[in-house]
Amino acid sequence: MSSPCRGNNGICLLLACLLVLAGCEREERQTRAEPVNETGPAAVSMTGLYPGEPSPPDPRGQEYEGNAFHLAQGKQLYTWFNCAGCHAHGGGDIGPALIDDQWIYGSGIENIYATIVQGRPNGMPSFRNKIPEQQVWQIAAYVRSMSGQASKAASPSRSDEMQNKPAEQSMPQEEPKDSSGSVPNLDGRQ
Amino acid sequence: MRSLAPLWLVAMSALDPAGEQAGHIAGTFWLFTGVLSAIYLLVLVLLLGALVRSRGGLGREPAVERRLTRFLAAWAGGTAVIILGLTAVSYATDVRITGKPTQPELTIEITAKQFWWQVRYVDPEPSRTFETANEIYLPVGVPAHVILKSQDVIHSFWIPNLHGKKDLIPGRENETVITAEREGVFRGQCAEFCGFQHAHMALDATVLSRDAFEAWRESQLAPAQAPVDDAQEQGQQVFLTSACVMCHTIRGTTASSRVGPDLTHLAARRSIAAGTLPYSRGNLAGWIADPQGLKPGSQMPNVTLTAQQLQTLLAYLDGLT
Repeated sequence: MSSPCRGNNGICLLLACLLVLAGCEREERQTRAEPVNETGPAAVSMTGLYPGEPSPPDPRGQEYEGNAFHLAQGKQLYTWFNCAGCHAHGGGDIGPALIDDQWIYGSGIENIYATIVQGRPNGMPSFRNKIPEQQVWQIAAYVRSMSGQASKAASPSRSDEMQNKPAEQSMPQEEPKDSSGSVPNLDGRQ
Repeated sequence: MRSLAPLWLVAMSALDPAGEQAGHIAGTFWLFTGVLSAIYLLVLVLLLGALVRSRGGLGREPAVERRLTRFLAAWAGGTAVIILGLTAVSYATDVRITGKPTQPELTIEITAKQFWWQVRYVDPEPSRTFETANEIYLPVGVPAHVILKSQDVIHSFWIPNLHGKKDLIPGRENETVITAEREGVFRGQCAEFCGFQHAHMALDATVLSRDAFEAWRESQLAPAQAPVDDAQEQGQQVFLTSACVMCHTIRGTTASSRVGPDLTHLAARRSIAAGTLPYSRGNLAGWIADPQGLKPGSQMPNVTLTAQQLQTLLAYLDGLT
């Protein structure tokens, strides 16, 4: 009797439809980028220092992080391209951990994209021309999801391997410690 | 091996057995069909008889009633015998097609992946083990021990002319035996819905004479053909320096990733992309240029290549016989 929808059925129906549409976006499988040849992010900053205003984040980052298909693909590629060989399944090994709040070269998806493509001192190889742009976006989005930075609604909820941490969807969201304005130290320590 | 037309015309029928196991299955099928058709026709005849008889009116002799009772009892007994008999036949067939050779002469390990088949010919001598994709070759009359695995989801291995279906389950190993009895090319298909491109997950089984099979095995064991001209040389460089090398192996080069199919003898295969297209240089060009247009959801990504790079890459890959 006290339904908030009484007299407003049309609006409620509209809201329900919008919610359903949000679900579609999560599930949409864009197997080939639009335009066909995806490109990398235009502006990548490794520091919190800049003159004037910072560049706005690349809108594609949101698209890749909010889509279950891209995150699942990223998770698969993370294993196939042997990211786990150095970073393990997020806890870090001879490479830095990816599930914590420490981001030596920036926590934004553009920063992670740049790190994968350019490589970094002390062991991170450069995958330039080796991983297609769309797949780099997918891996970068997945890496963000490992510390709970990507959309909870889209992050993978289970793993194929044995894990010593919760699935990406259940990871507590870390507060990245890269935006303090401190200039990263290129020998790998902060 | 470059014929284009027969790719879509190869046999794919469980009723045209070309192997021992498929023969048992087809025999059982025809026995069931024959017995059950005869019973069905008999029932129809008796039903017709009953319809005609009922016009004769009521009030039958007790002797006629007794005869009818005996007939019905015999009918029920006969039904039980036939059902038990067919159950026994079905069980016997099952035992015959699931037998495993104690000393398999040929072992093939098949790993199903979304959406293709990785095929490994296992030999006790490791240097004689090799990999191919989306095709199996079998010698006539040799029982092949087939080990079935899956990398991701449940698939089902089915070459109707040679054997029944057998699932490939992640984390488990299934096994079966295929004994081909007739030369020819037979089509196989994933028979368990496995995702976006389930329909484009086919494989070919080519049955050869023993000598021809050994020749094929030797050709597969050889490393890839080295580039013979400038275009192929450049194509090889394109392959080794671009995204191809992240997933594929070409034996004899530094490319040794095991995510995608082994391409060492790509140009000798009948099809590309797990039976999606017949192999030809033009189809290969289309596949590399836009795999997600031809087979959306497959794991082969769109890779940005210039026209020059694509042409030299094709020259190289087309030489990998």
